[in-house]
Amino acid sequence: MPTKIEIRDLSKSFPSEKGRLPVIDNVSLTVGEGEFVALVGPSGCGKSTLLNLMAGFIRPDAGSVTIDGKVRAKANSKGILISQQGSVFPWLTVRENLSFGLHALDKSEQTRIADQYAGLVGLQGFEHSYPHELSGGMLKRAELARALVVKPDVLYMDEPFSALDALMSLRVRNELLRILRIERHTVILVTHDVEEAIHLADRIHVLSERPTRIRATFNVPFQHPRKLSSPEAQQLRIAILRQLGVELDEQPS
Amino acid sequence: MHRLQDSWSAVLVIAVLIALWWVAVAATHSMIFPTPLAVLTGAWELVEDGSLWRHIGASLMRVAVGFGLAVCVAVPLGLWMGWVRGAFSTLNPIVQILRPISPIAWIPIAILWFGVGDASPIYLIFISSVFPMIVQTIVGVHTIEKRYLRAAENFSVSRRTLFMRVVIPAVLPQILVGMRIGLGVAWLVVVAAEMIALRSGLGYMIIDSRNAGNRYDLVIAGMIIIGLIGLALDGIMRMLEGVRWVRWRYAH
Repeated sequence: MPTKIEIRDLSKSFPSEKGRLPVIDNVSLTVGEGEFVALVGPSGCGKSTLLNLMAGFIRPDAGSVTIDGKVRAKANSKGILISQQGSVFPWLTVRENLSFGLHALDKSEQTRIADQYAGLVGLQGFEHSYPHELSGGMLKRAELARALVVKPDVLYMDEPFSALDALMSLRVRNELLRILRIERHTVILVTHDVEEAIHLADRIHVLSERPTRIRATFNVPFQHPRKLSSPEAQQLRIAILRQLGVELDEQPS
Repeated sequence: MHRLQDSWSAVLVIAVLIALWWVAVAATHSMIFPTPLAVLTGAWELVEDGSLWRHIGASLMRVAVGFGLAVCVAVPLGLWMGWVRGAFSTLNPIVQILRPISPIAWIPIAILWFGVGDASPIYLIFISSVFPMIVQTIVGVHTIEKRYLRAAENFSVSRRTLFMRVVIPAVLPQILVGMRIGLGVAWLVVVAAEMIALRSGLGYMIIDSRNAGNRYDLVIAGMIIIGLIGLALDGIMRMLEGVRWVRWRYAH
């Protein structure tokens, strides 16, 4: 698997009342092409900062992010960030949102591609709807489709399912896996939900509390579709939670 | 059903107030303050000789021109000041100094510069409605949520696309709020402006009715008409909240 993203000795601090507050401390990791990597850590640990550094929205104090062997430039459409709150433009219809990243193409081509992706995520028939007319799950799909439309190399997902209820979260996760089988993107997922990480990722990095360091790394060797209730998955979940400082009494049956 | 009950109670309050007014005038045997019936017949007089429509038309025309000019200045200026940090730090102090000056304080200057024709009230309307609209537009730009700007940056759109497809649509509801405030102020100011050295408009009509023989029935008729037209203008602005470009802001 060729290397897609390489992060070396990355550090970032922010100014605070008590001087510089270190948020990311000397993080190194590599992500292979087409790999699905999850970064799991406690809330407020700097996961989002790490993701924003990778996506190019903020610059590191030290260290480097290289993508395809080149130093990370400013954010661009080769890597799309999908954030927790969502950023589907409320003043544009689904079709207008989906074609937002296609501004270089002519109008009819924009519409054709936008509608194709609306269909891919199950939003056919809602092309003319406004975001406020959609449910939370549909909004997530629209956001995902808007990102996929520009054929990004990497998807950066920042707690994308945490605003959804458990059932809807599962559905959209399955949808994402189905789409990734067709589109083959590299994905970096930030989450605090261990089960979600085991469901989706090929590899899981457990992050420490602030300043963020990589505490442990787990490979997820299970084939899709995954059985999250299997003893192996439960064992993995317990091991990851232990790294996060949570001891469970329950033993896998 | 609730709406009907709500409007019934409002109608009741108005009816009670009119009754009190009538009783008070009758009880005091006032020779000069009119009864509601006298106001109604006075207003009918103005309708019949056509002067009411002429005055309403004159006032509305002045508001349309003064307010229209203010929108044309306030929206681009507010967008610019909201978007460009240097424009804001340079121009905001002067906006904040001019904004609290009452339009009445501008009257001598308006007459000095524009004489006693239509230009004076138009200038007064302009100067009083332009500032609230500038301020609202700036607030609109400053409160665009970061996540939308970041998403636009992520798709590496041009500055023009960013402005046309993100900034302006995001600010439009706030611009509409500013326009609603501005139009309300404009309608307040036109009446005051017409009381100085003009020969038409609802403000002139009120002053002229008093001066030409203490016709307080026409004074009060004029006041009520001003209130009703102000209500209608605000109703039009509120209807604009339903158009598709801003509806997203009000929908839940």
